[in-house]
Amino acid sequence: MSATEYSIRRATTGEIAGMLIAAAAVMPFLMVAALTDHSGYAFHATLATLASFASVFLIGNRCFRPGQVPAPQEINGKPNYNMGPVKFATVASMFWGIAGFTVGLIIALQLAFPALNLDLPWTSFGRLRPLHTSAVVFAFGGNVLIATSFYVVQRTSRARLAGDLSPWFVVLGYNFFIVIAGTGYLLGITQGKEYAEPEWYADLWLTIVWVTYLLVFLMTLAKRKEPHIYVANWFYLAFILTIAVLHLGNNLAIPVSVLSPKSYIVWSGVQDAMFQWWYGHNAVGFFLTAGFLAIMYYFVPKRANRPVYSYRLSIIHFWALIFLYIWAGPHHLHYTALPDWAQTLGMTFSIMLWMPSWGGMINGLMTLSGAWDKLRTDPVLRMMVVSLAFYGMSTFEGPLMSIKAVNSLSHYTDWTIGHVHSGALGWVAYISFGAIYCLVPWLWNRKELYSLRLVSWHFWISTLGIVFYISAMWVSGILQGLMWRAYTSLGFLEYSFIETVDAMHPFYVIRALGGALFLIGALIMVFNLWMTVKSGTVDVPQADYDHGLVPQLAPAQ
Amino acid sequence: MSSIDARAPLPRQSRWSKHKIFETNSIILIIGVLLVISIGGLVEIAPLFYLKNTIEKVEGMRPYTPLELAGRGIYVREGCYLCHSQMIRPLRDEIERYGHYSLAAESMYDKPFQWGSKRTGPDLARVGGKYSDEWHSGHLADPRSLVPQSIMPGYPFLARTELAYDDIAAELRANRVGGVPYTDEMIAQAMTDLKAQATPDHPGQSALEARYPKVQARDFDGNPGRISEADALIAYLQVLGTLVDFKLYNDKANIR
Repeated sequence: MSATEYSIRRATTGEIAGMLIAAAAVMPFLMVAALTDHSGYAFHATLATLASFASVFLIGNRCFRPGQVPAPQEINGKPNYNMGPVKFATVASMFWGIAGFTVGLIIALQLAFPALNLDLPWTSFGRLRPLHTSAVVFAFGGNVLIATSFYVVQRTSRARLAGDLSPWFVVLGYNFFIVIAGTGYLLGITQGKEYAEPEWYADLWLTIVWVTYLLVFLMTLAKRKEPHIYVANWFYLAFILTIAVLHLGNNLAIPVSVLSPKSYIVWSGVQDAMFQWWYGHNAVGFFLTAGFLAIMYYFVPKRANRPVYSYRLSIIHFWALIFLYIWAGPHHLHYTALPDWAQTLGMTFSIMLWMPSWGGMINGLMTLSGAWDKLRTDPVLRMMVVSLAFYGMSTFEGPLMSIKAVNSLSHYTDWTIGHVHSGALGWVAYISFGAIYCLVPWLWNRKELYSLRLVSWHFWISTLGIVFYISAMWVSGILQGLMWRAYTSLGFLEYSFIETVDAMHPFYVIRALGGALFLIGALIMVFNLWMTVKSGTVDVPQADYDHGLVPQLAPAQ
Repeated sequence: MSSIDARAPLPRQSRWSKHKIFETNSIILIIGVLLVISIGGLVEIAPLFYLKNTIEKVEGMRPYTPLELAGRGIYVREGCYLCHSQMIRPLRDEIERYGHYSLAAESMYDKPFQWGSKRTGPDLARVGGKYSDEWHSGHLADPRSLVPQSIMPGYPFLARTELAYDDIAAELRANRVGGVPYTDEMIAQAMTDLKAQATPDHPGQSALEARYPKVQARDFDGNPGRISEADALIAYLQVLGTLVDFKLYNDKANIR
C-alpha cells in the first residue's frame, strides 16, 4: 500500500509552532516589501519573505526524513552530541572570513589608490569599511564563537545541545542577520554607529536570535553531567550575556516608520558617544576577548594535552577582566567633549586592565609547560601560542595608548588601526584558525588534517602579513600624529593636512601587501580544510567525538 | 581516561573552594556576571544625564533644519564619519588648524553623534563657511580635481540623485521622541521648510529663518532646478560649527 519506503512522522509541537510563526511572518514581510518606497528596504523585506517560506519548507521537510525526533539524548550510555549546527557555523566562519579579509584588502588598496572607489555608491570606502569590520568581527568571529561554544558546552557538559530546532535557529538566524546587515551597508542602510551599524529591524532580529542563543547555552549547562561548569563556559556565558546588554543599550532607536529602514537613536551627542564606546570597547572586551579566551581555555589544553596551568589564576583573571573591561570605554574619547572625570576613569581602568589580560595570556602560555616541544612539530599549536603572544602584545599596547598623553598623539591616526589589527589578526584570527584546525577533523571524523605542512605555510605567510601590516601602521600613525603637531621655528604649523595624507601612501601600500599575505594564508587554510573533509581518512566510525581527555582545571600547586 | 586527569578535590579549608558556588550553579554565575558588568557602566554613564556641567550653556544651538537633517542622513549613509572626525580637541595644533575646541553643546542634537574615531581626512566640526558651495560640489564630485593628493572617494552621483524627502516630517518626529526640541509647527512645515531652504527666492524663507535662526537658504549644488542629495549634504556641511558664536562664548561661565 505505502508508496514511500519511509514513514512520514507526525510533526512535534516545536516544529508546528516554528512553521506557524514562519508562515505568519510571510504576509507582513510581503506587505512591507510592497509598500515601502525604499528599494534597499524592499529588498530586505523580500529576503525575509523568502526566508520565512524556506523555514516552513525546511521544518516541514524534517518530517519526511528518517530518524528519531527528538533525537535521543544518549546512545549506548554516551551523549549523542548535536554537531550539525556546529558544522554549519564552522563552514560559515571560513566563508565569511575569506569574504571579510578580501573586503579588507580592497579597502586597504582604496586608501592607497583612491581610483579603486570607482565613484559608485556601492563600492566606496565609506560603505565597504563597515562591511569589512562586520564581516570579520561579527560574521567570521561570531560564527567561530557560535561553533566553538556549541561544541565546547556539549563536550564539557557531557550533554547534547538543548533544543531540537533552536540551535539551528541560532545558527541560521545569526547568518541571516549577517546577510541583512552586510547587504544593508552596500545599499546605504546604516545607523552610523561604528561596529553597530545595522538598522533597527536587523537589531530587533539579532535580539531574538541572541536570546535564543543564551537560552540554548544555559539549558545545555543545566543538563550537564559534570558537577562543575568548565572555565571556558564562564567566559562564553559572560560574552553572551554582556553582548546582549551592550546591544540593547547602544541600539535603543526610534524607527522613522515601519516602512522606513531609518531610525534615530534615543541618546544624543555626548551621552550617545559614551554609550557608543561603552558598547564599542566592550564589543572588543567581551566579543573579541572573553569569547576567544573561552576558545583558548578549551582548545589550547586539548591540543597540548595538558591541564590548564592555574585554577586560581583563571578565577582571578575572569572576574577582574569582566569587571575592569566595562570601565575602559572612555579612553576612545580622550580630550573630547566628554567630561574629564569620565576620561580619567576610563584611562585608569584601562591601565589596570593590563593585569587580568596578561593573567589570561600567562594561563594560556603556561598550560604548555611540559609540552613546549610540541611547538616544533605541531603548527596548529604554534598558531595558538603565537595568538597568545599577540594577545599579550596588544593588551600591553592598549593600556599604553589609553594614557592621555600617548592618546593625544595616537588618536585619530593609523596607530589605532595597527593596534586593532595586531589584536584582530594576531589574536582573534589565529586562535580561531587554531580552533578550526582542531575542530574540522573532529567534526568530520577525520584522523588528522590533510596536511600539516600547509598549516605551516599558512602560519608563516600570514605571520609575515601581520608583521607588514602592523609595522606599516605604527610608522604611518606615529608619523602622521607627529606631522599634525609639528611647528616651524617661526611658530607656524609646519604641514598642511593634505601633506600628511600624502606621506601615508607608501605605508598604505605596504599595509595592503600585508593584508594580501594574510588572505593568501587563509585561502591555503580553506584548501587544507576542504581536502581534509573530502579526502582524509575516516577515523573510527562514530568515535563519539572522544579524542583524549576533556580539559580539566588543575588546582594550583 | 587519561593520567592527567586533575580533578583532585581542593583542600576543604581553602578560600578558593568558596568559588564552587559559581561553578556549580549557572544562575548564580549569571547573577554574578551581571552585577560585575553593571557597575562600570552605571558609574560612567548615569551621571552624564544629570550632572549639569556635562553640556555647556551656550547661545545659538538649534535643531537641524529639515534640509540639514536630510544632508546629515547622507553623511551617515556614505560613512563619512569613518574618515572625518567632528571633534576638535583642546590641543594647540588642533585649535590652530580647525578652530575653537568642540563643546558638548554643539552636538547635543546629534543622533547619532558623529565625533568619529579616525582622521584619514581632516576634522569637519567647523568646516561650515570655510569653503564655497562651488568648491564643495566640485570636491564631492571629483576630490582630486581640487586637491590632487586627496584619497577621498568621488561622489558624483550625489548631484545626479534627487533627494528623497517624503518622510522628512516623520524623521523630525522620531528625533523629537529622543529629545530634540522640534515644535509641532516645525514638524508640520518640515516639507515646506526643506524646499524653501534649497530653492532661491522661495516665499517660505522668512518663516524658515524665524524657526531656524542663522539658516543659510540658497541653491547649494549649482542646479537650482531641483533638490539633489548634494544640495542637502552641502547645506549640512555649511552649517557645521557655525551655530555657536565664539566671539560671545565665555568658557569661564561654564565652570560650575
